[in-house]
Amino acid sequence: MGSVGVLALQGDVREHLATLTALGVEAVRVRTPDELESVDALVLPGGESTAIAHLLVTAGLRDPVGARLAAGMPVLGTCAGLILLARDVLDGRADQWGFGALEVAVRRNGYGRQIASFEAPLTLADGSSVPGVFIRAPRILECGPGVEVLATYAHGGGSDAVLVRQGPVWGASFHPELTADTTVHRLFVGSL
Amino acid sequence: MSDTQTTRTGSTLVKRGLADMLRGGVIMDVVNPEQAKVAEDAGAVAVMALERVPADIRRDGGVARMSDPHMIQEIQAAVTIPVMAKARIGHFAEAQVLEALGVDYIDESEVLTPADEENHIDKWVFTVPFVCGATNLGEALRRIGEGACLIRSKGEAGTGNVVEAVRHLRSITAMIRRCQSADANELYAIAKDLQAPLPLVLEVAETGQLPVPLFCAGGISTPADASLVRQLGAEAVFVGSGIFKSEDPVRMAHAIVEASTHFDDPSVIAKVSTGLGSAMRGWETSSLEQRLAERGW
Repeated sequence: MGSVGVLALQGDVREHLATLTALGVEAVRVRTPDELESVDALVLPGGESTAIAHLLVTAGLRDPVGARLAAGMPVLGTCAGLILLARDVLDGRADQWGFGALEVAVRRNGYGRQIASFEAPLTLADGSSVPGVFIRAPRILECGPGVEVLATYAHGGGSDAVLVRQGPVWGASFHPELTADTTVHRLFVGSL
Repeated sequence: MSDTQTTRTGSTLVKRGLADMLRGGVIMDVVNPEQAKVAEDAGAVAVMALERVPADIRRDGGVARMSDPHMIQEIQAAVTIPVMAKARIGHFAEAQVLEALGVDYIDESEVLTPADEENHIDKWVFTVPFVCGATNLGEALRRIGEGACLIRSKGEAGTGNVVEAVRHLRSITAMIRRCQSADANELYAIAKDLQAPLPLVLEVAETGQLPVPLFCAGGISTPADASLVRQLGAEAVFVGSGIFKSEDPVRMAHAIVEASTHFDDPSVIAKVSTGLGSAMRGWETSSLEQRLAERGW
């Protein structure tokens, strides 16, 4: 396995780099098309999706990232990163664009404003538990047929998909990078 | 298992976590929904909703208070990014109102007229997170001890002059380095001198950084200013009067956003600074009658 890039335009880049490095992965910042070319996989971090989307355009990265995704580059998007990967985004800006690489519909700030941001235990497919941190998080409303649900959050008598995968494209509505638990990154890195 | 037993809001992790999400970005002061849209369009990570930007507060004088809730709500409705608002130092009732309005961050700010000359707000009891200003490490750690989840160096708001922001940022980062190089015996005296909680001083000595993100505010008015304070260790920038008091606010907003992200690439700073129009006029700080940074204790 080669190196994993972390898109470093804005957001919690440092935490992703630290988690990947702790797992023995060569992790590098990506802010330019040249830096993108040198990596074998990419993490889209948490942050503000409108700001990151804007900076992807001004940095000349929108089309190169889109092309790499179309060519099958593995990617993990957390929170804002999930919004950028989602096919459908509700309650976004009128001109919100995304890579459309993951057949899910998400609602921005789907659990509410910051005062509703929360921590809760999540359940993986094998029944084990990982800590979840949701900050003005998007809510996954719908998954297409090719999307595998890897973790869920049970609440209000129902349960939401919170970690999903469609081939090489992974998305989490929470922030695995903000906790000491490295399970999600380990699963992603293990798939490379 | 019911979610009320396992789902926790207002934890330190989710409060500091939102500050982590803002890193690398620009938070812009706005006084109406139109300005908020300009900020969001330019790639701001959040807006600070207030009735007057600091330059106008400075000019107008009088008591500066929390903004009208209606104005805050209009801005909340206009944008999808986080909306912050200011409460007076020590005015926990204003903070309660802002929390009830659902603002995403409260700035307990020296830009407004202080309500309490001894005490800051006990920020631990709130679900909404707080940002506070600081001029030095002791002040920063006192605010964190009171529950602040984000620190911004104060600078001198509304002046368009970056000199105080640089002074405060350098003061904080230099003292952090001093803590790191001190031996264990010295840290007790350092905590005493800083008038800061000992456990926080020990944490800074160990990690070499504040326990919460460190942003910069007060006097940033050009892309190069943003680059300067980011290179000096600020993880994001607040821009108050510097955008909407400049000649071309839309271009200035875009330029400062790009400058914050590409702060260590001079070719990008040169590109976005070219043909930008004039920055806000600004003040020489030695000529000021009122120094806002001296508010807060």
